[in-house]
Amino acid sequence: MRFKHLITSLKLGFFLAWRQVRGSSFGTTALIVFVMMLTFLNLVVVRGVLVGLIQSSTDLFREKYSGEIFISNLPKKSYIENSPSIIEIVKNLPWTESYSARYVEGGTIEGTYKERVDYTEDANIANGQFTGVDPILEEKTTHISSMLIAGSFLTPEDTDSIVVGANLLKKYLPIEAPGLLLLENVDVGSTVRININGNMKEMFVKGIIKGKGAFDDRVVILDSVLRTLIGRSDYNVDEIAIQLKPGASDTLVKQALISSGVDKTARVQTSDEALPKFLKDIQNTFGMLGNAVGSIGLVVASITIFIVVYINAITRRKFIGILKGIGIDSIAIEFSYILQSIFYATMGVLIGLAILYGFLVPYIDAHPINFPFSDGILVAEYYNTFLRAGLLLIATLIAGYIPARIVVKQNTLDAILGR
Amino acid sequence: MNNIISVKNLTKSYKSGGSDLFVLKNLDLSVPKGQFISITGRSGSGKSTLLYQLGLLDHPNDGEITIDGTDVSTIHQDARTKFRLNKLGYVFQDYALIPELTAMENVILPLLQQGLPMEEARAKSISSLDKIGLSDKIDNTPSQLSGGEQQRVSIARAIAHDPEIIFADEPTANLDTETSGTVLEAFLSLHKQGQTIIMVTHEKEYADLTDRVVLLSDGKIISDILNSSAKK
Repeated sequence: MRFKHLITSLKLGFFLAWRQVRGSSFGTTALIVFVMMLTFLNLVVVRGVLVGLIQSSTDLFREKYSGEIFISNLPKKSYIENSPSIIEIVKNLPWTESYSARYVEGGTIEGTYKERVDYTEDANIANGQFTGVDPILEEKTTHISSMLIAGSFLTPEDTDSIVVGANLLKKYLPIEAPGLLLLENVDVGSTVRININGNMKEMFVKGIIKGKGAFDDRVVILDSVLRTLIGRSDYNVDEIAIQLKPGASDTLVKQALISSGVDKTARVQTSDEALPKFLKDIQNTFGMLGNAVGSIGLVVASITIFIVVYINAITRRKFIGILKGIGIDSIAIEFSYILQSIFYATMGVLIGLAILYGFLVPYIDAHPINFPFSDGILVAEYYNTFLRAGLLLIATLIAGYIPARIVVKQNTLDAILGR
Repeated sequence: MNNIISVKNLTKSYKSGGSDLFVLKNLDLSVPKGQFISITGRSGSGKSTLLYQLGLLDHPNDGEITIDGTDVSTIHQDARTKFRLNKLGYVFQDYALIPELTAMENVILPLLQQGLPMEEARAKSISSLDKIGLSDKIDNTPSQLSGGEQQRVSIARAIAHDPEIIFADEPTANLDTETSGTVLEAFLSLHKQGQTIIMVTHEKEYADLTDRVVLLSDGKIISDILNSSAKK
């Protein structure tokens, strides 16, 4: 009996809500829906941009440096022992699309040394990580040439050439900081002197690279040249980046490599595991920031709905009194206000979803936001988006119910007589 | 005679400037079923307050009200709402229609709350509007109706769910003479069909049309006259 009564009241609540929405001014309804839409976008987009900043960094890290699997030296080793065998295993994996085995060694690069006359002044020098690569394999793995901002990439014959990361050149990183050494007056075509473990060689700058990734701070050189300079005759490399075929699982490939015994002499990581710690920390921090901003958005949305429903209910206090007076149940009246709130929120969310997935995500994907350390994209996973939509609806439901309850509880006669 | 309303020692007071202002004082009243009764008196005499107590829109401070055999003085708020829905109908001075609803939708509300299926409720509300001559205005909103028409919609709403008693609080106060006559005719027609009606009015002319005239002054009944010459 009580259940039947409840259903009757809910049906009547729906009847009242729909008629009230239908009878309300289009401008007012549009404004409320617009506010709800902005609130929803605020919940999703602010977090999405914050997470997207780091997401694009991690994507860049994977696509332009680490590959989906990254093999590096064990903590107490200076290079990957038994590298040729590991490379052979990698080559023969059925999931391997491409790979790049790299030598990495610290050194210096000196520019304008031929013009230097005053030896009391500091040399035009920068410290950098020299990365020896097979240009064909590197190109296949990271499309490294796409990051060139000047000149061209190395060919297997470029034994006297290097490609310099833009962050080593003052022209591209015009900042002053204690201890930061940057090359001045060095560009494509310049002759520089590199010094690795005391071995010096004159090189020609063939290209400048800038991809908001790891290569920006490095000097790229032919693997054969670097191997000679560092005296690594055993062909043991320092890192191997592996790109997998589409659909291949990085965790499965990692497991396969470990099963093959690669982990005995090298550290095998997925791209996510290989991320620098600071990136992971920033990722977590931005996620938390996004949630905090989102929570504030949720509170603002709740207050907005509360105010809208409260004003609506207060201005309709007399009619609420009349409804009660003629015997309409409080549940029906309250439910009508809750439904109106949900209507506004649902409309806002639907329009917000259309804007989000129909415009914002594809647009920002096509035109990433240019941040110094990454190309910001908008991350709006369906799960998180719909979770936030659900949270907004729940907040709306509560924010709609409370003011309706406050007004409905008031004395019936006072409401009718407006006193 | 079978009384549908029985009131004993009804007292109602309001707080005013720190003291109690008594609007109804130990009032006794009985209303037989099917009677058309008018409550009259000067402004402030307590006639509307009495109507609100009888119509369960307000709580008396003291006394006992029995309607259709139920002591309603002490029942819980939800029970009062349910009682109003099933037993009572109201016609307010300012029509009290919901502005965004059509005439039919205003009338249908109590029927839907009673749990009637939409089609049945719709048919019943149209029938009610037809009874008071508004069958051609069912889709009009209050703003598209004249004052008299709005009041008649209010009457249709009051009678749609077949209440035992209709309470009317100065139903003609906002209407011109001609329109007031139409509204009164509607009440008289309902009364002819056996409807109990309690109407507050300060118009002697309209009070004379009812079965019984109760005159209030300072919260007390000073005159209670059966109107043998009432036009029926």
